[in-house]
Amino acid sequence: MADTTLAVEFKNVDKWFDDFHVLKNIDLKVLTGEKIVICGPSGSGKSTLVRCINSLEQHNSGTIVVHGKEVNKNLSRGTEVSSEVGMVFQQFNLFPHLTVNENLILGPMKARGLTKKEADDRAMRLLERVKIPEQVNKYPSQLSGGQQQRVAIARSLCMEPKIMLFDEPTSALDPEMIAEVLDVIIDLAQEGITMVVVTHEMGFAKKAADRMIFMDEGRIVETGTPDDFFNNPQTERCKLFLEQILQH
Amino acid sequence: MKTKTFIAITLLLIASGCSSPPGTWGWYVIDPSTQNGWNNIKFLLSGFSATIRLSVLAAFLSILIGLVVALPGMSLNRWVRLPSRIYIEFVRAIPLLPMLFWVFYGLPVILKSLGLNIPIDPFWGAAITLAISDSAFTAEIYRGGIQSIEKGQTEAAKTVGLNYLQTMRYVILPQALRRILPPLANQFIYIVKMSAFASVIGMQELTRRANEVVVSEYRPLEIYSLLILEYLVLVLIISSGVRWLERKMGSDQRS
Repeated sequence: MADTTLAVEFKNVDKWFDDFHVLKNIDLKVLTGEKIVICGPSGSGKSTLVRCINSLEQHNSGTIVVHGKEVNKNLSRGTEVSSEVGMVFQQFNLFPHLTVNENLILGPMKARGLTKKEADDRAMRLLERVKIPEQVNKYPSQLSGGQQQRVAIARSLCMEPKIMLFDEPTSALDPEMIAEVLDVIIDLAQEGITMVVVTHEMGFAKKAADRMIFMDEGRIVETGTPDDFFNNPQTERCKLFLEQILQH
Repeated sequence: MKTKTFIAITLLLIASGCSSPPGTWGWYVIDPSTQNGWNNIKFLLSGFSATIRLSVLAAFLSILIGLVVALPGMSLNRWVRLPSRIYIEFVRAIPLLPMLFWVFYGLPVILKSLGLNIPIDPFWGAAITLAISDSAFTAEIYRGGIQSIEKGQTEAAKTVGLNYLQTMRYVILPQALRRILPPLANQFIYIVKMSAFASVIGMQELTRRANEVVVSEYRPLEIYSLLILEYLVLVLIISSGVRWLERKMGSDQRS
């Protein structure tokens, strides 16, 4: 019987990109409702780890279980899990040929079978939640980066996911737009959805995270509450990283 | 601009025909003021219909076959990819004229030996040949267009629950189409020009008709000049249609 309090579980997960060993023996449990922030230097495997959860990447060995269902290692399948898991990308990945409304209702109508009316209502509700209902009929290219990312968040939420993954959601944004996106994510965090966030926004991490994870060279090097993590890092590698990232 | 140049060249040709000594040009063969010239013109122009029908059918088939060949060609599984690669490499290697002969004279023999008594007339023989020959290029155009769409689009589609066909239909193809349309239109122009080969298996299109008038009138220079102009007009009309379509679809803008 699957543990219902467990949202995501990694057991001995390994992954290679050809010769490059990206994930090394990853063990990780994410509880339902927990907010996890993953940080670490580039190339440390953070994005890959997150992308394995909704099978955008396939792991080579070990098991990943998402809400009681094992994520398939087979490349051709795996859509079943990913539709319970919403994802927000660094580059937004909105559909440029569709309006904001069409971006939001596509999944609910085609994959979930909602009627146009139901999907429209849901889309509008979520656009209000990310505070841009007035942009509903615009195309992505007419919006600022921050607005596009908020649309992308609303688009994920339209599928009513149990888990939200954020892969460096503010890294592609101009500095003045980072706050508006982080505010939306923090609001979301207070509503009890499970979240795994890859980010270098340490202010956000202190506010929103239940648990910090530090990765380096494909391993989880350190994990702890934000308090412990920022004030009392255990490993040299983590200390160095925090010094570099917090010195500005 | 192009239209003006075209008119200028036409007038120049006609003028040179009028002022030169009768030995060099003989526009009388297509002089609409004489009964014979007018009959010749009507006969030559009546080839337009067949050329256009043949090209449109061949292009339509090529666009369909190309898509069917291109989609498995992008599979992650190489055994799914293989037949598509073989088809493209094989078809691309065969010159049009030999393939036309094979389809028109050879294919009925094979069909007959299989117990299928399907006659292949020049029109269908040419349409099938043009379509198959062109489909290898169409498939590569699709592949280029589809693969030029960022990987993030497929990933985003997957995260909102779309399956492969839905992703293609609602996300990838609408975007790829804007990039595919200009090269696809080029292929259509290519098909129109290559349809002239259908004349050798006896199809009554523009080139065949020109040949027939040449044989009876012995005025190849004038008649082939008119033939070239006929193709020129056809291609100019198509390319202006394509530009209109591009504007309408916004593919001349960056998206």
